[in-house]
Amino acid sequence: MAISSKAKKASPEPDIGRETRLELYRLQLELRYCEKRAYDLFLQNLIKGTSHLSLGQEAIAAAFGVAMRPDDWTFCTYRGHAHTLARGASMEGVLGELMGRQCGLLGGKGGSMHLTDVAKGAMGSYAIIGAHLPIAAGAAWSAQYRGTKQVAVCFFGDGTTNIGAFHEALNFSVVWKLPVVFVCENNLYMEYTPISAVTAVPRPAADRAAAYGLPAIDVDGNDADEMYLTAMAAIEKARDGGGPSLIEARTYRHSGHSRADPAKYRPEGELEQWLKRDPVVTYRERLLKLGFNDPTLKDIETEVHRKVDAATATAKASALPLIADIEKNVWADGSAAWRN
Amino acid sequence: MAELTYRDAVAAGIAQEMARDESVVFLGEDVAAAGGVFKATVGLLDKFGPLRVRDCPISEQAILGAAMGAAMTGLKPIAEIMFSDFLAVCWDIVANEMAKMRYMTDGQVTMPVVIRTANGSGSRFGAQHSQALENWAMMIPGLKVVAPAFPADVKGLLAAAVRDPNPVLFFEQKSLYPMKGEVPDGEYVDELGKAKVLRHGKDCTIVALASMVHRSLDAAAILEKEHGISATVVDVRSLVPLDTQTILGEVAKTGRLFTVEENPRLCGWGAEIASIVADECFWSLDGPILRITTPHIPLPAADLLEDNTIPSIERIVREIREKMD
Repeated sequence: MAISSKAKKASPEPDIGRETRLELYRLQLELRYCEKRAYDLFLQNLIKGTSHLSLGQEAIAAAFGVAMRPDDWTFCTYRGHAHTLARGASMEGVLGELMGRQCGLLGGKGGSMHLTDVAKGAMGSYAIIGAHLPIAAGAAWSAQYRGTKQVAVCFFGDGTTNIGAFHEALNFSVVWKLPVVFVCENNLYMEYTPISAVTAVPRPAADRAAAYGLPAIDVDGNDADEMYLTAMAAIEKARDGGGPSLIEARTYRHSGHSRADPAKYRPEGELEQWLKRDPVVTYRERLLKLGFNDPTLKDIETEVHRKVDAATATAKASALPLIADIEKNVWADGSAAWRN
Repeated sequence: MAELTYRDAVAAGIAQEMARDESVVFLGEDVAAAGGVFKATVGLLDKFGPLRVRDCPISEQAILGAAMGAAMTGLKPIAEIMFSDFLAVCWDIVANEMAKMRYMTDGQVTMPVVIRTANGSGSRFGAQHSQALENWAMMIPGLKVVAPAFPADVKGLLAAAVRDPNPVLFFEQKSLYPMKGEVPDGEYVDELGKAKVLRHGKDCTIVALASMVHRSLDAAAILEKEHGISATVVDVRSLVPLDTQTILGEVAKTGRLFTVEENPRLCGWGAEIASIVADECFWSLDGPILRITTPHIPLPAADLLEDNTIPSIERIVREIREKMD
């Protein structure tokens, strides 16, 4: 798969249909509005614990969400609200989980960092850096072994490229030619530290690809069209037995690493520069240039706002989890029994 | 009944389950073409082919991660970690991921995975290839922990572990691999969470695991013959689930409890059993509980040093005799 990001940047590929583009826009909006709502609910103290927002990075999760088959699998990180929603997990399930309500995807047991919706192929959000790369490889192995043509897509940050599990998973997946797509969202910072300050190569994922016999794929993660075409190509390669891909998507998170981080380490003006390249705003501008009607886009925006409001209301109204369920579901039989 | 070695019982157990269920797959380092560094998986590659029996790079996180991802999506993997000591390099996958995934997702995920590993002393390999690490696993909610002492238990408990829909850490005691024993013919499946009473006595109850079971049996014979002390010996077999009913019942009959543990002293499995017995069977006790363990040190390599570190038959006899006086 040869991806030339420069060629695509000049003008959007013509083979992305009208409906797909609207879907990409709608999904980005859902991720954006829902994430903003999560932030608001924090400020209202309705969401406790920590949370890692994807504001600014939505194009990547949205593009894959549109490109993936319903029975494909997503594995993502603790910054995974967007990736889970992008697979079709219910918004009230996500917001409810963040708020610790019964309607939450995990009944309040997992919280923000572990969003999972197996029925939708969202196979977990993993809060230990790197862990889910080999796990995604294992799911891909299962698909390969059973001949189901399913593909596993694994999202992670730039910081992950410096942990051992990244390298183990890449080597393993290439050797076994597994149908897995590794997607590095390079948002320039590993937590509070610039990734460039702690990484031996300029492009943390793309420059490592050669070590595993893979082509360097370096794309604009703020361009939903480019991400979509990249996703389609990598998924197709995996589905056709061509083995894994490693994609580096350049992007930027608009907020800090987590709730606790005001992101003061960013140089002055950097955020402003990236806000000019906000994936949601620039996509809207592109759609208008391509001849989409403003009222059509406004209708979508209104619908998504309503959806977020409705999900918020449902989550707020949902009961708190039952204390009686604390010892439920350790084992497959539903119990927590360790002795007779 | 056929006589099999402990190591052949491993291959027999895996083969039985792979023949029965196509979703059972097996992966690890040197396990396929080489048949395992302990020769415990010889013949599986020939029997089941390279798609089901797979050699892996030295990438323990990838091995267990792959096993986990496969287990979450319909397979029943058996993963080998060559030496239990190496679990430390992939402990995140074991302790943070496999064990907790079902609970954290409130039951969305099922994790039918078995991790087999060669555990324990006796081979003079020193402190990074000889540890008895069952306790590491026992303290993690969401893991089942099995450590067989006999070839029949290896086959039967391994089969039960494969059929269990939860993650099971299966500790094979490497010094027992050459040991021979009767193994039932045909399909044989045991039950996890059942201790076995191997010897009935009236004066004290010895509770042991894996290689310490054999030493405890030998010690019990000497105690009876030379010192007139009649000991019950219980093989725990499974630390999680723990068969407390059998243990409590046997301790209540004799009034005394001794645990014999290969692990270093602190937080050994015997401490949990001592605590349960003290809580629930205190008024049946006729004297203090004694834990016989390895001292709280890294394991030395030289045979003289290793032999004087791990509880020996002589030490078990001596400590029980002194405590019973």
